[in-house]
Amino acid sequence: MPRPGFVLEVDRSTPPALIWHGEGFRLERLPAERSRIVYAPEPLAPLPDPDAAIRAALLNPLGDRPPLPELLRPGMRLTIAFDDLSLPLPPMRRPDNRQRVIEAVLDLAADAGVDDVVLIAALGLHRRMTEAELRHALGDRVYDAFAPSGKLLQHDAEDPKGLVMLGKTDLGEDVEVNRRVAESDLLVYVNINLVAMDGGHKSTSTGLMSYKSVRHHHNVRTLQHSRSLMDRPHSELHSSAWRIGRLLNQHVKVFQIETTLNNDAFGSQLAFLQKREWEWGLRDRASFMAASRGVELLSPRARRSLFQSVLAPHQMTSVHAGEVEVVHEATIANLHRQQVVDVEGQSDVVIFGLPHVGPYNVGSIMNPLLVMCLGLGYFFNMYIGKPLVRPGGVVILSHPTPWAFHPVHHPSYIDFFEEVLASTTDPAEIEKTYEERFATDDWYRHLYRTSYAYHGVHPFYMWYWGAHALEHASSTVIVGGNRRAVRRMGFRPASTLADALEMAEDQVGRDPTITYFRCPPLMLARVE
Amino acid sequence: MLREALEGRRIAITGATGFLGTALTERVLRCLPETEVVLLVRPGRRGAAERARRDVLANDCFRRLRRELGHRFDEEASRRVIPLAGDVTVDGLGLDAAGREVLASCSTVVHSAATVSFDAPLDAAVEVNLLGPSRVAAALRQAARERGPQGDGPPRPALPHLIAVSTAYVAGGRRGLAPEAALAETPFSPQVDWRAEVAAARRARSDAESASRAPEMLARFRRQARAELGAAGVPLLAEKTEDLRAEWADDRLVELGKARAQALGWPDAYAYSKALGEWALLEERADLPLSLVRPSIIEASLAEPHPGWTRGFRMADPVIISYAKGLLREFPGIPEGVIDVIPVDLVVSAILAVAARGPVAGPDIVHAASGARNPLRYGQLVSFVREWFSEHPLADDKGQPIEVPQWTFPGRRRVQRQLRRATNLLEGAERALQAMPLRGSKADLAARVEKRRDDAERALSYVDLYGSYTETEAVFSVQRLLRLQDSLSPEERREFCFDPAVIDWRRYCQDIYLPAVVAHARVPQADGRRRPAPAGRSREQRARRAVLSPDRQLAVFDLENTLVATNVVDSYAWLATRQMGLAERARFTARTLLEAPRMLRLDNLDRGDFLRWFYRRYEGADPGELEGEAWEMTSDLLLSKAFPAGIRRVREHRALGHRTLLITGALDFLIEPFKPLFDDVVSAHMRSAGGELLGELDEAPPTGEARALLMADYAAAHGLELAQCVAYADSTSDLPMLEAAGFPVAVNPETKLATVARKRGWPVEHWSRAPGFRRPLLPFGPLKLGARHGDNYRADKPGATGQQGATAPREQGAMALRERPPRTVSPKTGSGGLRKI
Repeated sequence: MPRPGFVLEVDRSTPPALIWHGEGFRLERLPAERSRIVYAPEPLAPLPDPDAAIRAALLNPLGDRPPLPELLRPGMRLTIAFDDLSLPLPPMRRPDNRQRVIEAVLDLAADAGVDDVVLIAALGLHRRMTEAELRHALGDRVYDAFAPSGKLLQHDAEDPKGLVMLGKTDLGEDVEVNRRVAESDLLVYVNINLVAMDGGHKSTSTGLMSYKSVRHHHNVRTLQHSRSLMDRPHSELHSSAWRIGRLLNQHVKVFQIETTLNNDAFGSQLAFLQKREWEWGLRDRASFMAASRGVELLSPRARRSLFQSVLAPHQMTSVHAGEVEVVHEATIANLHRQQVVDVEGQSDVVIFGLPHVGPYNVGSIMNPLLVMCLGLGYFFNMYIGKPLVRPGGVVILSHPTPWAFHPVHHPSYIDFFEEVLASTTDPAEIEKTYEERFATDDWYRHLYRTSYAYHGVHPFYMWYWGAHALEHASSTVIVGGNRRAVRRMGFRPASTLADALEMAEDQVGRDPTITYFRCPPLMLARVE
Repeated sequence: MLREALEGRRIAITGATGFLGTALTERVLRCLPETEVVLLVRPGRRGAAERARRDVLANDCFRRLRRELGHRFDEEASRRVIPLAGDVTVDGLGLDAAGREVLASCSTVVHSAATVSFDAPLDAAVEVNLLGPSRVAAALRQAARERGPQGDGPPRPALPHLIAVSTAYVAGGRRGLAPEAALAETPFSPQVDWRAEVAAARRARSDAESASRAPEMLARFRRQARAELGAAGVPLLAEKTEDLRAEWADDRLVELGKARAQALGWPDAYAYSKALGEWALLEERADLPLSLVRPSIIEASLAEPHPGWTRGFRMADPVIISYAKGLLREFPGIPEGVIDVIPVDLVVSAILAVAARGPVAGPDIVHAASGARNPLRYGQLVSFVREWFSEHPLADDKGQPIEVPQWTFPGRRRVQRQLRRATNLLEGAERALQAMPLRGSKADLAARVEKRRDDAERALSYVDLYGSYTETEAVFSVQRLLRLQDSLSPEERREFCFDPAVIDWRRYCQDIYLPAVVAHARVPQADGRRRPAPAGRSREQRARRAVLSPDRQLAVFDLENTLVATNVVDSYAWLATRQMGLAERARFTARTLLEAPRMLRLDNLDRGDFLRWFYRRYEGADPGELEGEAWEMTSDLLLSKAFPAGIRRVREHRALGHRTLLITGALDFLIEPFKPLFDDVVSAHMRSAGGELLGELDEAPPTGEARALLMADYAAAHGLELAQCVAYADSTSDLPMLEAAGFPVAVNPETKLATVARKRGWPVEHWSRAPGFRRPLLPFGPLKLGARHGDNYRADKPGATGQQGATAPREQGAMALRERPPRTVSPKTGSGGLRKI
């Protein structure tokens, strides 16, 4: 029986805590009597037979959807869209949830004699996936069956001929969707719900739409009023996505299939990452020593490729299919079962150790903007109720934050960092002055469509993602970060955690209370 | 008396655009209100009047007079200044009858035109300094003859009074007193037949010209040109070769001049040609009334028109500045020796006094020198200079004060030896660096070494040139000068003072001369008084800003090593290895490495030839296949090795409304993905037949001057001015294009281009690849992922919409980039085909 998550009050006998630091970790002793560590629940037991569970879900859908076979008929246009590279994190071992689900759906489609089947990677404004990445997500069998004949597509949010405007929501939000989706008799959406933000109408209204639609929920105003964006009922972002998704559902029949994973992110060799420090055995200590020493010996590039090659052993804990909103409720309940930890009250300071991978640097480089987004956008928002840190408190991130960028994946990030952040770090100012130019830039558009680049506007979203945190906290300190890069973002660099805590005292006073959110493994803090 | 004597008269001045001539013109206009001046100037393109206005009257020398006269200055100048087009290097001074008429109307002619450079080529010195004065004399006599006897009006001397400015150093390397007398009458003067010297100098010029045209010499110049510019294309190399030839011939004549002068006992060709000029003039003048004024080293003014006025870079200035910059660690000289300096205003006064007094019988020769009456010792001068620069040091690049060296007055030979050794060492280092295929900041190192070598060479040349002046032991007698002074009234002695005794050397050096030199040289000082350039921007920063001015119209970019760190070999390797297994890749690598030296050599000789040779490898490939692969290659190879700052620059130009043009030797279908970055693209096109590439280019590849022509044609076709064009390139093979553009920018330049850019003051950009990302070293395509299963779900037709297709794998072996030993093509040397476009 997996143990739930809990909050450890640090005292003098508490061993040093493991803190993620990019492609590495640090062990830090936290101040006794005023620090607490939030530990994630242990991984839930996976579904014993995921394929059977999938089949059962397809045949027993939730909400007002009939079983999938009843929706399939010869001559129909069937489109299967699936979550892209940004999920799950780290990428999971084969077979991926998407492969299992899509194979099951395709089996039913074949049985029903459906010929016109197209697979679409729901990229939204993300970069295209490479052949290897597609093969990993879908399996070779699916890939080889669809790709050569051009039936495996990647959503192109900038293809004027490939988009259809379906109309506007009550609040005037444009709904411009992938043409194939709009013209399909059935859209099956295959999702992996890694964190509470994912899934539901957000899958389609982000993954299959254009900048024109996405900008309605990805902006400074919605993000500042998404408290948090991991808590849909209190998220402006989701409210907008839901309105847009509902309008899509009026035009296209959507059959949503959502899956959840347990939080077993690291295999046996890195098991210590999943364990609580005082429970480390001899083997865990040895592998921690070996891993941290070994990592130090490697070049940054070798370190990066080593960490990027890690595949997670996480496994499916639930699968639901049917009507979008009902399915999503069930999914979120399962997700909460795995991730929620109850935390009492806020603290003056919160510490996040950032790992090597976030949603936008799979197979790539965690550039400074992605560090900001992972820390202030994702980790900060991993709460229900109130943020872990009090208003005016200090956020401390731990990450090397190198001045490094992937030239193919993140070209507009480089220019954003060099040009935009050099003049201002204020999200509203950035949105007002620069967003449109980057979003409509022909060269970025070209790279997004034909190369492997994120959309020109994507770095702006990284910054907006942190807008709530920027507004809430009084300052951000990055431990061990490249000083120039950290300062460029308007944050303060510190060489050690002790220094960072000293600096925090300038803001929040002597002997502040501290929360260390020991994530990953993934969790969601319910703060009373 | 002086003023009255010259009242209502005309004084003609040659060399008015020079240092002494300008000062003389100013003094006449300011102090002799009823005297006119005729300025004999070479008309140039603008004409004599415009030259007189721009090059004489606009000078800072007239600041005081302009202030005094206010708006009447122009009126006064047009009333009293008569510009006259003429040239002392041609017989008759190039004057027509009207010109001679003007000349004949002058009562006094001051001939101060000379080539004052100590290292002028022998023939130039002879034409100007030796023959110039006699030509002036001859022209005056002819003019007077034509004018004939005066009709009405007051009687005037039939012939004008010629005052020729010579130099005290005609005395040569003698020790002791040099009298104010003709050389022929001075003991220990060389007896030289000046006519024979003229003939010999002219012969030497024609000999040097023919010697420089000998085939082996021409071959040498070509080699040098290529070593300097690399594969810059035939026209540029030819131009450089011709420059080198002319330079060589000049150098020979400089050398000959110096040797001949020293053989006859003069320090250099200047003193030698001036001495013979005196000789010739005295012989040729016949009945022309003549006076000779021999100044020593003329330097900044003591008081008139304002203390410290100077024009041009005077002899001692570069030495002083080099010293203050710490470049001259030593300078030869005898500490107790006299360094004979005379402020320019004193010389002007002396000339005017001679003019006012008029001609006297016999050769009338006056020294304008300080040594006999008020000597400045060399050791004294050095300590004044050292003191001053210790208090007012110059600043180095970082704004830090430069400490001046302590001179120990070693012998000239020792200093020369030291400097020569340093020069040789640096030259060796420079050659070694030039030979290496360096780029970017490493190429900068070569440029720095080159600058150091330049500095050392310059120091050596100063020692060679001026060493004899700091070691002079002659003392120039000023008896006649002082007697002339006595003839003036006390007020005039104050106003037109030329008694060297009035100079307080410390005050002159430290309060007048050195501040003037530093101000004139525009060098930054460490005490913050002279900040480098306005708004704190360096020349390079200003150039950088100019590049991105909205006034520019066209920005032309090279691709390889300018925007992306790859080349045609990388692209080929990527495409060729795309279909290979591991073993085959290893063989491919070995083969390519073996060929590398040859590729490098060919590329160094001529980029176009290299491209033709290399592109043979594409023979038989399927263009459609390659085109498809090009998109993958762009992401995997080109974009991952792109310079983000470069890409950003292209986009900045577009945002400013400039047209952007990519000119590249890469094959068109391979750079297709780059097209949207630019307004237009010019690239190499390969012919194909029957679905196969032929391995031959359609037209000459856009390299070298073809690139410059393409740029010019493009600009013309779009109505853009080349003067408003910015060109970015990385190698000397792009020199023709860079030179043709108004705003050239060297990007990550290789050594040779770095050197050229530094010399011409072109901005240099060091663009680097995205920080923190490294592609694997070998430019290979990723291994193909195999299709492993049959398909259950295959649908019949490809997707209907134009969405992004997945990265569809192609059938194995479809791409026909056959690996074969490339056909050898020997590089062409100058034969046709290359230059047509």
